[in-house]
Amino acid sequence: MNREDIIKPENLVYRRTPVLTENIMHYCPGCGHGTAHRLVAEVIEEMGIQEKTIGIAPVGCSVLAYNYFEVDMQEAAHGRAPALATAVKRLKPDFFVFSYQGDGDLAAIGTGETIHACNRGENITMIFINNGIYGMTGGQMAPTTLEDMKTSTSPYGREVQSMGNPLKITELLAQLPGTCYVTRQAVYTPALVRKCKRAIRQAFENQKENKGVSFVEIVSNCNSGWKMTPTASNQWLEDNMLPFYPLGDIKVSK
Amino acid sequence: MAKGAIVIDIERCKGCGVCIPACPNKVIALAKKVNKKGYNYLEVQNDNCIGCANCAIVCPDGVITVYRAK
Amino acid sequence: MKELRLMKGNEAIAEAAIRYGVDGYFGYPITPQSEILEHLMAEEPYKKTGMVVLQAESEVASINMVYGGAACGKRAMTTSSSPGISLMQEGLSYIAGAELPCLVVNVVRGGPGLGTIQPSQADYFQTTKGGGHGDYRLITLAPASVQEMYDFVALAFELAFKYRNPAMILSDGVIGQVMEKVQIDDYKPRWTDEYIKKSFPWATTGKNPNTPHVIVTSLELDSSKQEQVNIRIQKKYRECEAKEVRYELINCEDAEYLFVAYGSSARICQKAIQLGREKGIKVGLVRPITLWPFPSKILNEMADKVKGMLSVEMSAGQMVEDVLLATKHKIKVEHYGRFGGIIPTPQEVLHALETKIIGG
Repeated sequence: MNREDIIKPENLVYRRTPVLTENIMHYCPGCGHGTAHRLVAEVIEEMGIQEKTIGIAPVGCSVLAYNYFEVDMQEAAHGRAPALATAVKRLKPDFFVFSYQGDGDLAAIGTGETIHACNRGENITMIFINNGIYGMTGGQMAPTTLEDMKTSTSPYGREVQSMGNPLKITELLAQLPGTCYVTRQAVYTPALVRKCKRAIRQAFENQKENKGVSFVEIVSNCNSGWKMTPTASNQWLEDNMLPFYPLGDIKVSK
Repeated sequence: MAKGAIVIDIERCKGCGVCIPACPNKVIALAKKVNKKGYNYLEVQNDNCIGCANCAIVCPDGVITVYRAK
Repeated sequence: MKELRLMKGNEAIAEAAIRYGVDGYFGYPITPQSEILEHLMAEEPYKKTGMVVLQAESEVASINMVYGGAACGKRAMTTSSSPGISLMQEGLSYIAGAELPCLVVNVVRGGPGLGTIQPSQADYFQTTKGGGHGDYRLITLAPASVQEMYDFVALAFELAFKYRNPAMILSDGVIGQVMEKVQIDDYKPRWTDEYIKKSFPWATTGKNPNTPHVIVTSLELDSSKQEQVNIRIQKKYRECEAKEVRYELINCEDAEYLFVAYGSSARICQKAIQLGREKGIKVGLVRPITLWPFPSKILNEMADKVKGMLSVEMSAGQMVEDVLLATKHKIKVEHYGRFGGIIPTPQEVLHALETKIIGG
């Protein structure tokens, strides 16, 4: 069978979801943000909730997420996405509301809003991209930066004694009664992408049942910040990030 | 004989190469040529595609459309 | 015949919010305005009008909840007092930058820092000159009675939605705590989601199948576009300055001297006018109701008729700068104020007029 015979509408198995806009994303080549965006958009498409979804973008690399999701979007102040999401969901309870934040936004400046939205059990989906670094501002140390990891503000490595410990905020949030589903995923292999998408789907489905916060951490790469090629950064992620941030469900409420 | 085929949106491709190790049949590689943004874009180098879509689902930029003959 | 009730200023804010059809209140307790959240919780408005009331974890969260609600085209509000309002400045700047309507009430207490819980008017600069970062303004209403606390909730929302800009009610611990009789309205229904979707195309109300998605943001990385955003916002502000100035003139017809005062200071000045006129001093009062836009034009006109003006404020002298700008040094303008939570007496205000303006 030749190529022309295969490329026919009836043979289509995968195409870019129309819940993403046509804009070319500004993310660096190989950045996991693009994959994470796509999975959220695919879940929205598959659930048929595009007209009933409001997303909240953070400050950080994904500040421009609102240009990529073809759903109504709000851009929050740094760290405050869970506060916006709280109000949106309470004022529009029949809508699906998701926040999308990086580790600096969610686990440093926005720690208060994150913990209290989770503790109140807001009926929202929180997507958390953890790449252990401040990407947008040029690779500074984040709350999630690993011990001994070099960044522009820990140029000799994160020295825990003076710089503090890397924060496992996801495990912390799993302790709160307001979270119903807390999971850690990754998106750098086909199998992990498929698994992550199922987790995101679950996190959105939970909103139908008013279960509380569904929290999906995605351990991701930052090849520019880590100063590696995209494929090398994915290997580094597997070798260094995953031992400290192990993948899998942390909390699944009945 | 090919069972699958992919269509690559060359101008959307950033040449990150994340898809290359995801392909079970070594169908894809980065081109020597570059696109308008200067990236070595993805190209198909043989007929061994089975249409598994692994490349497409790890692509951060939604570059790849996948077809598979029934 | 409207219902009359004896209420605290703070309770009047809360009651007005419920009855006007506000959609969401998000706030954090702070003296001297905690009765607002307490009254809202006690009244259970979610059972009456469906209004959402939420005690947030901080003022920072409160203002950002207001941001999220306002971005949905809902009537969203918060209230606080000075230190809490300081914490909200970033959020207010975002809301102004994203051109969204909302209401913030500041029941001012004495500062700086943790200061005192007693009344003050020392947040005038913060409120009328920006407060947060960037070129923006807050439409600012200054109530001088409990009735105005009630009435200005509706007025503030109307102006906020008309100009898509945050509005502030700048009150103080006197007006917040004092009890007076208030005429209250019947419950108005909240706007329906259908009405909001139809009326406010800028709001995130769910993507329409045939139109692009709505984005609410204050970010524009392209400076040439960001300049255009600023030009549009400034044009809006000029229109607001032309159309929305509000003030009250008291005993001005034959006045040779004027007090300029807002809020509770204006109440004190009314008594000082009475004392002055008993002594034969022809003194009146210009009471700015909108602090921004400021009633510069009437003050400039009055400067051609009177011999001097005394700006009376519970601050070290803030509004007096706007009075000076308005009157362009045509006459003598001085400030009299007490601060740190001290409320001046009518006698000392009159004495200040006599010494600083008449005899000065």
